[in-house]
Amino acid sequence: MEIDVIKKRRIGRMKIILSIILLILLLWGSGYRTNISLYDFFVGIPNIWSTLLDMFPPDLGYFHYVIGPMLETIRIAIIGTTFGGLLSIPIVLLSSRNVTRSPLLFYTARFILNLIRTIPELLLAALFVPIFGIGPIAGIFAITIFSLGVIAKLAYESVEAIDPGPLEAMTAVGANKIQWIFFGVVPQVAANYMSYFLYSFEINIRAAVILGYVGAGGIGLILNNVLASYQYSRALSIILFTLVVVTMIDAISNKIREKLL
Amino acid sequence: MSRESNHKRDVAIAKDIQRQLLKKRIMKWTSLFVVIFLYIWAFKGMKDFHIGKNAVKSMKAILGGFIHPDWDYIIEPGGEDLIHALMDTLAIAVLGTFISAVLSVPFAFWAARNMSKHKWISSTGKFVLATIRVFPELIMAIIFVSAVGLGPFAGILALGFHSVGMLGKLFAEAIENKDLSSREALIASGANKIQTFWLAVIPQVLPEFLSYTLYRFEISVRAATILGIVGAGGIGAPLIFALQGHTWDRVGIIFIGIVVMVTMIDYISGAIRKRLV
Repeated sequence: MEIDVIKKRRIGRMKIILSIILLILLLWGSGYRTNISLYDFFVGIPNIWSTLLDMFPPDLGYFHYVIGPMLETIRIAIIGTTFGGLLSIPIVLLSSRNVTRSPLLFYTARFILNLIRTIPELLLAALFVPIFGIGPIAGIFAITIFSLGVIAKLAYESVEAIDPGPLEAMTAVGANKIQWIFFGVVPQVAANYMSYFLYSFEINIRAAVILGYVGAGGIGLILNNVLASYQYSRALSIILFTLVVVTMIDAISNKIREKLL
Repeated sequence: MSRESNHKRDVAIAKDIQRQLLKKRIMKWTSLFVVIFLYIWAFKGMKDFHIGKNAVKSMKAILGGFIHPDWDYIIEPGGEDLIHALMDTLAIAVLGTFISAVLSVPFAFWAARNMSKHKWISSTGKFVLATIRVFPELIMAIIFVSAVGLGPFAGILALGFHSVGMLGKLFAEAIENKDLSSREALIASGANKIQTFWLAVIPQVLPEFLSYTLYRFEISVRAATILGIVGAGGIGAPLIFALQGHTWDRVGIIFIGIVVMVTMIDYISGAIRKRLV
């Protein structure tokens, strides 16, 4: 009995020591790979401070220049999230175990969803710019695909968690599949779906801010130009503006989501 | 008399219900109008909502690159290849996540409600974390590139600082959800502050801290793939060059590489997280 406990404790300790060694090796290997040493930190941090101090005070007169691109950013997020949300509906139904009974179908749908979610929205935008040209369209498509992944992933999990009672009752009285989905599934998940839609919109506003870097429209392009020409006080005013807009949208969206659920 | 007062009460209730229904209806219609207005505004602003003539042609070319990727790019003798670029990306994510995990611990104890006597202390901590979260890592990366020069170091710092916003918040919530009776027991038996912290708080929150750190690592790996676009190291730089040079077979293999790497990391990290909590 006692020997067992001692043995277990020893194995536990061995595991911890091994994990720590593994972590140190991982960190050392990463540092080696990227040519980073602790010395860089001591040299680098003061440089960052001086750069950050260069940003003050913000050039508030620059605000009215960026209102147009900021509105375009918001438009990209609204349109992209809407398209993504609409496209996600069939994928949600296909991925749910309790709606699509065939494992082949729902596993394939989930596999595609997982693939979509591995690619960051900026890379999607970078891929769409050569197709649709420089401008907000590429950004809208990138946001569409990205929010499709986010909304569908969250929503199919709620579809799988719905109460099967109403569904069984509808099957018993002879409802067809479309009636079954429309009157059995949709009312149970509509509020959750809207909440995920808004959540994805919050993420997309943040994502849309940087889309301009690859030429996909919005405020990112101006921010890029300003930073590239070392106009840090203007950059700070753009960042502050973004901060205010993002915080406001988050607050509104959070209020609505609280009311929904 | 009592019947009359009952009747009065019923009328009052009925009126109240009516008023509430009216309020609800007004709310419904106004929100509908707001949404419609928002959509009209959003779509009207997109004046040049047309797709270029070359779209189909370029789409075909890009799809061709995905179907016939440049397999030779995976390993090349010079070392300027996919595997090395992906390893750089991972290394940036590892170091960035490590830095942010270390930095997040003090922030989390600052922002946790049950760790300080005054509410304003934890509220300011939460506000600072929210402010950090709003700065996208890409913008941080640009600022750091101009501060410390091109290369992965700027990317590591950008991920390290940006992740504090999210990780600090998650850590703080983990601390807030913990039962602190063991801490009180230690204080009662005469342990000092460091002892109570080390013996009662840390062992309780450590598994969750590790699990959140791994979760953040999964996100940071994705984020590290885009840092190269602004010169902060990793796979983003070769990707942007391939996109600008229209070498679609290389774009294809890089995207495939990113998808495979992210999927593998998600799988490994998910398996470890399941065992932790």
